[in-house]
Amino acid sequence: MAELQIKPLTLNFGPQHPAAHGVLRLVMELDGEIIERADPHIGLLHRGTEKLIEYKTYLQAVPYFDRLDYVSPMNQEHAFALGVERLLGIEVPERAQYIRVMFSEISRLLNHILNITTFALDVGAMTPILWGFEDRERMMEFYERASGARLHAAYFRPGGVHQDIPAGLLKDIATFCKDYRKSLDDMDNLLTENRIFRQRTVDIGVVSADDAMNWGFSGPMLRGSGVPWDLRKAQPYDVYDRMEFSIPVGKNGDCFDRYLVRLEEMRQSLSIIEQCVERMPEGPVMTENKKVSPPKRGEMKRSMEALIHHFKLYTEGYRVPPGETYAAVEAPKGEFAVFLVSDGGNRPYRCKIRAPGFAHLAAMDFCCKGHMLADSVAILGSMDIVFGEVDR
Amino acid sequence: MNPALTDLGEYLSTAAGTKFGRIEPCEDALTIWVERDTLLPALSFLRDNQNCLFKQLMDITVVDYPARPERFEVVYSLLSLKHNIRARVKLTCDEDTPIPSATAVFNAANWAEREVWDLFGVFFSDHPDLRRILTDYGFEGHPLRKDFPLTGYVEVRYDEERKRVVYEPVNLVQEFRTFDFVSPWEGMLHLPGDEKAGDAANGDGNKSDG
Repeated sequence: MAELQIKPLTLNFGPQHPAAHGVLRLVMELDGEIIERADPHIGLLHRGTEKLIEYKTYLQAVPYFDRLDYVSPMNQEHAFALGVERLLGIEVPERAQYIRVMFSEISRLLNHILNITTFALDVGAMTPILWGFEDRERMMEFYERASGARLHAAYFRPGGVHQDIPAGLLKDIATFCKDYRKSLDDMDNLLTENRIFRQRTVDIGVVSADDAMNWGFSGPMLRGSGVPWDLRKAQPYDVYDRMEFSIPVGKNGDCFDRYLVRLEEMRQSLSIIEQCVERMPEGPVMTENKKVSPPKRGEMKRSMEALIHHFKLYTEGYRVPPGETYAAVEAPKGEFAVFLVSDGGNRPYRCKIRAPGFAHLAAMDFCCKGHMLADSVAILGSMDIVFGEVDR
Repeated sequence: MNPALTDLGEYLSTAAGTKFGRIEPCEDALTIWVERDTLLPALSFLRDNQNCLFKQLMDITVVDYPARPERFEVVYSLLSLKHNIRARVKLTCDEDTPIPSATAVFNAANWAEREVWDLFGVFFSDHPDLRRILTDYGFEGHPLRKDFPLTGYVEVRYDEERKRVVYEPVNLVQEFRTFDFVSPWEGMLHLPGDEKAGDAANGDGNKSDG
């Protein structure tokens, strides 16, 4: 009998698909149900953030960072704020540093809840997303009380944070942390020992430690492969060096390990938040350097100079000395960095945004090759892709 | 400044032969200048040498200086997990000459180089798949170049009659405005209408030096 040659089937996945986590168009070549090649087409959400930032003052650039990875906005503002502060050579008051660390960790919780629950939804578990989003909403309320916005906070500014947290917020955050441990255990119970969840994730999308480094992975993707690397420990910024927490590391580098790493990271984040609440010092939340920080509202009502100062600061902005810096933070998805080049003017000359998801998605072909079609969804879910930051 | 950076800088300038050009330790990373033909040996050396072990290529980016003869400054951001240091490998290039692709050294270079090609038009030779990545299918031009206008050249809309998406030249209702926020207190070196006064003129009237 003559052998029959079967042409591989080309399948177009997305750009509108609930499991694509946004606008991913994935062109796959399939041999039966086995993926031979996966070619992600990205850029459908490209907004030219880097170009726009070149035309904005340093302060006006802050809100763009909320809109990159829109499920962990504050971490990204953090990277930008750190970069500008490093170029300006200014110190941030201690209270602002604690607030920033606390809200960075709240953002990490927000992000990991979204990732774990939608990942579980993709592989067939409906309940976690319904449970998780209730707590997520409570944390967004903390965002709102501190910054006035649930999502696009624009709260971390170069020099500190925009305004002090309102009275009573710390107490509520402490109560929340206590409650949330219980919800986290519930989610753990639902998923970790779940037979279907394990069948869908264990030994799927295995990445060895060497491959993970070669592909430029960071964050839970790197730690899931067994590399104990966390910028909060290795290159601590703000007050992370005073926090006690441990770094969970995976063993096999599969989708299940990455899930476990994220789950444990959430417990560590809760502990960091509690430490911040406990040790929160009193004091200013914005640098005293008047070249960068605006005058007080009350002063502006009485003093002409303060009014002029305010006007100049919000139109012309401040000048940043020439130089370049690479400011990286451990965002929930991995190493989020801003490569900032200043020519001495009031606008960044170049602001390159290094998004962790971009490097992770680049390895999609490598991770999917030889897996079944349905596994591509699990792999994508475990990569924690958000198109705001991949496409910029 | 981090002493590990200065140490590594000294080591590299003595041990590594002619692979590296100027080496400058800055505050957060070691800046290493290379030439086009020494780029790949330099990257491999930095990756494999026991004192470097820069196993991760975090990013490739470009800074555009249109006034320079070689206008693009290509920056490779490397990270060494072992030694906990960062390095920036830099080289300059112009619009026409290709740079050897680093995909053979780092897998992560694949998409990073595609992005650089897409947004800046820096060409990489021997790249396995150098397509546009972030811009639209069929896009023309390289949007992050300084001479590319912020508003772009074409806009897109859905045409009800033709039942498809159409591309049209950008139609601005109002001229694009870039504000010069230079403070008259700080930046203005000469009073308007007073150009003849003072011979210490630096040339460009009321522009600041910033």
